Amino acid sequence: MINRRFLLGQGALAAGLLLTPNLALAAAPTEKRFVFIILRGAMDGLMTVMPLGDPAYAALRGNFAPPAAAGLPLPLDALFSAHPALVETAALYGRGEALFVHAIASPYRERSHFDAQNVLETGGTAAYALSDGWLNRMLPLLPKSGEPALALSATLPMALRGPTPATSYAPSQLPDPDPDLLARITALYAGDPQLHGLWSQAVQARAMAGSDGRGRSNPGALGRLAATFLAKPGGARIAVIELQGWDTHAEQPGRLNNQLKQLDGVIAALRDGLGAAWADTVIVAATEFGRTAAPNGTMGTDHGTGGAAVVVGGAVKGGRVVADWPGLATGQLYQGRDLRPTADLRALFAGLAGEHFGIDPPRMMRTVFNALQVRPLTGLVRG
Amino acid sequence: MPPPARKTDMTTATSLAIAQNRFGLGLRGDEAAPGTGLVDQFPRYDPRPPAIAAVPGSAAMVVRFRDYQAQQIAARMAQMQAAMAAERPAPIVSPAVSPPGPGKPQRSLAQKALRSDINAQFRESYGDAARARIVAALNTTAPFAERLVHFWANHFAVSADKLETLALAGTMEFEAIRPNIAGRFVDLLLAVERHPAMLVFLDQAKSIGPDSALGQAARNRRGRKLPGLNENLGREILELHTLGVGSGYTQADVQELARALTGWSIGGFTRQAIAIEAPEGQFVFQPGWHQPGDRAIMGRRYRQQGEAQAAAILGDLAVHPATAHHLATKLARHFVADVPPPALVDRLARAHIESGGDLMAVYRVLVAAPEAWAMPMPKFKTPWDWTISALRGIGARDAPDLKIVGALAELGQPIWRPGSPAGWDDVAASWAAPDALLRRVEIAERIASLVGDRIDARLLAPRLLPGVLSPATAAAIANCARPQQGLALLLAAPEFLRR
Repeated sequence: MINRRFLLGQGALAAGLLLTPNLALAAAPTEKRFVFIILRGAMDGLMTVMPLGDPAYAALRGNFAPPAAAGLPLPLDALFSAHPALVETAALYGRGEALFVHAIASPYRERSHFDAQNVLETGGTAAYALSDGWLNRMLPLLPKSGEPALALSATLPMALRGPTPATSYAPSQLPDPDPDLLARITALYAGDPQLHGLWSQAVQARAMAGSDGRGRSNPGALGRLAATFLAKPGGARIAVIELQGWDTHAEQPGRLNNQLKQLDGVIAALRDGLGAAWADTVIVAATEFGRTAAPNGTMGTDHGTGGAAVVVGGAVKGGRVVADWPGLATGQLYQGRDLRPTADLRALFAGLAGEHFGIDPPRMMRTVFNALQVRPLTGLVRG
Repeated sequence: MPPPARKTDMTTATSLAIAQNRFGLGLRGDEAAPGTGLVDQFPRYDPRPPAIAAVPGSAAMVVRFRDYQAQQIAARMAQMQAAMAAERPAPIVSPAVSPPGPGKPQRSLAQKALRSDINAQFRESYGDAARARIVAALNTTAPFAERLVHFWANHFAVSADKLETLALAGTMEFEAIRPNIAGRFVDLLLAVERHPAMLVFLDQAKSIGPDSALGQAARNRRGRKLPGLNENLGREILELHTLGVGSGYTQADVQELARALTGWSIGGFTRQAIAIEAPEGQFVFQPGWHQPGDRAIMGRRYRQQGEAQAAAILGDLAVHPATAHHLATKLARHFVADVPPPALVDRLARAHIESGGDLMAVYRVLVAAPEAWAMPMPKFKTPWDWTISALRGIGARDAPDLKIVGALAELGQPIWRPGSPAGWDDVAASWAAPDALLRRVEIAERIASLVGDRIDARLLAPRLLPGVLSPATAAAIANCARPQQGLALLLAAPEFLRR
């Protein structure tokens, strides 16, 4: 059976307007892969990477813990244990291919999701101060890759928006359109700078996805799909995946368990789908802020400050929890209620992406984040 | 109110395009253009059109949910009794995990069946409500007013992601927003914040004052789970519904508002002690849950006690200059430009302040603003706008074959499911993305297939896009192999994607 996605690409070629010459092979593309997983809604870092060795933890949280049915916490070191839902991630931790960063936050210190996500994605110090995403600003620093960076969604998240082209793709339930109509649309959009650019990228991304791009999206499928794009020679090397639903104001134990299972599923699917390319991969999952140290009155937690980030991949120097632990005793909490941040997400991003792609991390800090005073977190990637 | 400039035929035609596309939901292809009047549509606006009146209300949904919870508890008890009869040894539990108390064991088959039952029921209710919204938008003769319903529903977004909100999100638009779009902002605000959907979505219904009668009783019992405050609704009222983020309120203000709101709940929704009887599924103030004492917010003291306290705070917030500015910015962004002209925002905010929050006064300033009648078309239509305008364009009264509800999800904007209380973004960058564009073309093709070759897009195009149809698009439509393809091309044309 003829693959209609392939035909779509051919139709575009026939129209002669869409595909620029494929210079991927000539352009010595990078083999390094980088995936940014955005955990929207504020993941509770304290229940994800539990500081069971901190005596103040039991006092704060008591019975507020993962559901018994989920299993026992997975010990990481003397201080920390991972949430039992993170089975695959903890196994990677055991193999030295995963690490956790704790007590980390963006420079944002208020408690609005939407402003905080803007800061997380733009890499600025205040919401809406920058109009493009930090990943987009990083793209010109990379060795040229065959395909633009990719968001696994129909629309582009802020992290990838900006002057350097990036594309978006998500599995569609829609029937394939008529190639003749597509050719006419191509011609019609040729005179419209905005639509022409978007259209060209869309058609290329669909051609890349091939037959793998069909069907319902679930965490496993999303991870597999991202892996399809990333594993291909000359394919995308930067991808963004968004996971929603972390805003656990009520009934957190059950809800967070499901959320973490999803995250664990995406990570496992990426590992399996990337195959040999896993060794060249760094994945970082981060959220806009942490949640209150103590539970609220509805078996949940409210908006907080410091949280945790998850870093996995064959290129990660893992098997450790990276934290300058501030403690959870009353006097140690930020504003008396939140985990005090002692690390900066920008430092993590600059250190990870910089060392991974061979860009001097201080240069990353300067050109991408415009933050000379922040020292990048280095030594987290295998040389 | 007529647009300010009517110099030539061309500007008249363009004004018509702006009235029907930027301020409306697109011309219905089977009707004559209604002209450029906008405010004079309001007498024709129907807050409760037949399609919406046919949908069950929020009280019925809450009762259904409450019954479901009762059945779940019964199933759980049955399971525990069976387990006790079998004398299963207790599992060994680490101190870091909760004991396997009544809330925790694996769901039994009976519980799973109940869950999947209610899921299916609520999914169906959600679909019925979403289709009622679509039918109302397709058939309205007051599209400016209808667009304002969609605007306010997004401003006060309740996302149908949880089981409880799946069936309730639409009822809030129908019951709290539709009747209040043309009155005072405070009435709209109060109606929304008291609506069961909002009280459930932002976890208010179970928020308890620590020093309330219920809070004290629980402390005296030294129960394992102490009921307490939840600051979610308080925060989003300040951040999203009224003042806007960065307008000067503090964490302390958030907590004070959360305390003032304790007791705002829903009859029959939650099982707590010290509750007064109330009609099931309707707003109720529970005095026994309310945090006693005065509250101080934004430097103002509120000595009212009980239900009147939060209402007084909301009354002040509704007419606060920061609220006026926040709403003015969002209205101008929605109707005029992604980056709204500051002078227009100022005029809108002034209208809000000077009228004491009279929404009609604000709308009048908006539709009289020269900035709102400028070209070229500055706004990229959202998936909702685009889909509704396309269906109105082909004269659809309903479009069951299209599976529109699912199509909107494919386009990235599932109805009432923005995923967060901030609602959908209102800028082009959120919608103008590669895959999203390709999907519009795919859906344009499907919409065109609904009418086949019965519509001649060459004749329809200048009516839908008066004064703005480009010669290139007109020529591309004329060159199409068959009328259906021409129609798909019209619906995907650059001019039709924007307003």
